[in-house]
Amino acid sequence: MTAGILLSSQTRGDWIELSAAGSWTAEYAGAIEPQVDAATRDITARSIAINIARVEYLDTYGAWLIERTIRSWKTQGREARLVGLREDYRGLFEKVHSGTQTLSPPEPRPNSIIATLESVGRTMAAVGTDLVQLAQMLGSLLVAVKRVALRPTTFRFTSMVHHLERVGWRAVPIVLLITVLIGAILAQQGIFHFRKFGADIYVIDMVGVLVLREVGVLIVCIMVAGRSGSSYTAELGAMRMREEIDALRTMGFDPVEVLILPRILALVIAVPVLTFLGSMAALYGGGLVSWLYGGIQPEVFLTRLREAVTSTTFEVGMIKAPFMALVIGLVACVEGLQVQGSAESLGEKTTNSVVKAIFLVIVLDGIFAMFFASIGM
Amino acid sequence: MAKESVIEVRDLVVDLKGNRVLNGVNLDVYRGEILGFVGASGAGKSVLTRTIVGLLPKQRGRIDVFGVNLDEAGEMQRQEIERRWGILFQQGALFSSLTVGENVEFPIKEYLDVSDRLMTEIAITKLEMVGLKPDVYRKYPSELSGGMIKRVALARALALDPEILFLDEPTSGLDPISAGDFDQLILTLQRVSSIAVFMVTHDLDSLHTICDRIAVLGDGKIIEAGTMDTMLASQHPWLKAYFHGVRARSGLKAAASN
Repeated sequence: MTAGILLSSQTRGDWIELSAAGSWTAEYAGAIEPQVDAATRDITARSIAINIARVEYLDTYGAWLIERTIRSWKTQGREARLVGLREDYRGLFEKVHSGTQTLSPPEPRPNSIIATLESVGRTMAAVGTDLVQLAQMLGSLLVAVKRVALRPTTFRFTSMVHHLERVGWRAVPIVLLITVLIGAILAQQGIFHFRKFGADIYVIDMVGVLVLREVGVLIVCIMVAGRSGSSYTAELGAMRMREEIDALRTMGFDPVEVLILPRILALVIAVPVLTFLGSMAALYGGGLVSWLYGGIQPEVFLTRLREAVTSTTFEVGMIKAPFMALVIGLVACVEGLQVQGSAESLGEKTTNSVVKAIFLVIVLDGIFAMFFASIGM
Repeated sequence: MAKESVIEVRDLVVDLKGNRVLNGVNLDVYRGEILGFVGASGAGKSVLTRTIVGLLPKQRGRIDVFGVNLDEAGEMQRQEIERRWGILFQQGALFSSLTVGENVEFPIKEYLDVSDRLMTEIAITKLEMVGLKPDVYRKYPSELSGGMIKRVALARALALDPEILFLDEPTSGLDPISAGDFDQLILTLQRVSSIAVFMVTHDLDSLHTICDRIAVLGDGKIIEAGTMDTMLASQHPWLKAYFHGVRARSGLKAAASN
């Protein structure tokens, strides 16, 4: 195959004939295009013809390039025609010729300041709708709880146990590992700095209070949001994409009752348990480092811990856990149900789910801090 | 004129999860024909298609495309062949994060060195050729109906002006009118650019109206290949059930009365 070329023009009477030869195919389209552009630009005759009798191969690309040239001549008010069209290419030319190529112009892009303001505005409005949607989800969840409470046999117990295993039991090893490390790091940092003041022993107070009140539950919630919240969103999103949720609805089931209630309930049970285990592991890690690195004997650690920490400290941490679990579950399910058709949307909603859940968990923690401070806990 | 094979499958054996799905398949697809490929559900039609295009490994046998043995083809040669075939997947398999236009332009951008202007024009031409309006160009696949998705997928399969077109159940999931339109579309496009079409289908109407030849897969082999008349004359029990069943008879009557 030889590359397609547009040969030099020949004057025939009062019109100019251009003859095309070679392969006018996709492969050579890149090389042919400048030639036809040049021809469109440079030829000034009133009447032009393109002779394609010597074209060996022709496909949509070649046909379109010829069609385009003829069209642009015609729009300049000149006479243009095609000669030497082989019978077997007639269909192709008719197809290409019948296309209108009328593409509506792209939406004008607003200037960057307005675009920025608009995006800020939309984001703020989205925060509002997010809160409304969370409240709606909480509402439908409570309705589902009420319905299930009136007819306990309809509760999806198996489903809840299944999710409990996934978000609770299988999360135990990683939660333990991470909280032991966090406890150990807290203790190490404490000892390193407190030692300058000869206050090593207060490291135990710090680790105890910090872990039980704040760090234990926060770390566990962040882990759960990343591990289970994201998987809830992805699952529900994929179900929505494949119309499984619509199918449930048409069969007379409430998706909230069937899919969301067992999932959120599983989280509300699992997170406090994980928080307890995580807090204990963090204390263990802190104790281990205090002993090995700080030289504080385990008996001393335990005695000091008993004085520093009251049951209130422990309760403060544990009370927060189910509420945070609820927030993580609600955010994950709301986002999951908003997934649109595309794979990109699934990814975006999963990211949103994790980011929003972690953000809200920390906001909730702040609100709890103020609440406990005002009631003196 | 001797028919030129664009695809030549010889003694192909494919195992899937320990099961022998294809056991000695011999098949030719000739230049410029529409080959309808039928077989019971689960007989391995998709497996054969996916093996030819290289998505599944084969245990034994030979596949030649454009006279090149795919096992011996180097990477460059293989890419050259892949450029010359287009595949329409059953669900369309459009990239959901790209617009319709970007979907059609995707293979052009990857394989050819053409200007952006020409690329857009070709994409619109292809979209118009498959019977869509140019304004779908900026839409996303999730905004389209099932029939439109198939058309866009066909436009993408045709983007590089392939010489072989693989169609996996092109009319499944379409209403009879759209399916008929789609058949005519394939026929027109095939006549326009004289490509070889390898069409897996269950649609008896498609087989009647547009297929030049039909190949039937059963028990891991091609049990019959030929024109519709060969199929109707065959004494193979499965073929008799397939082409003389209730649905087939009503389809034939309809075809005859036209």
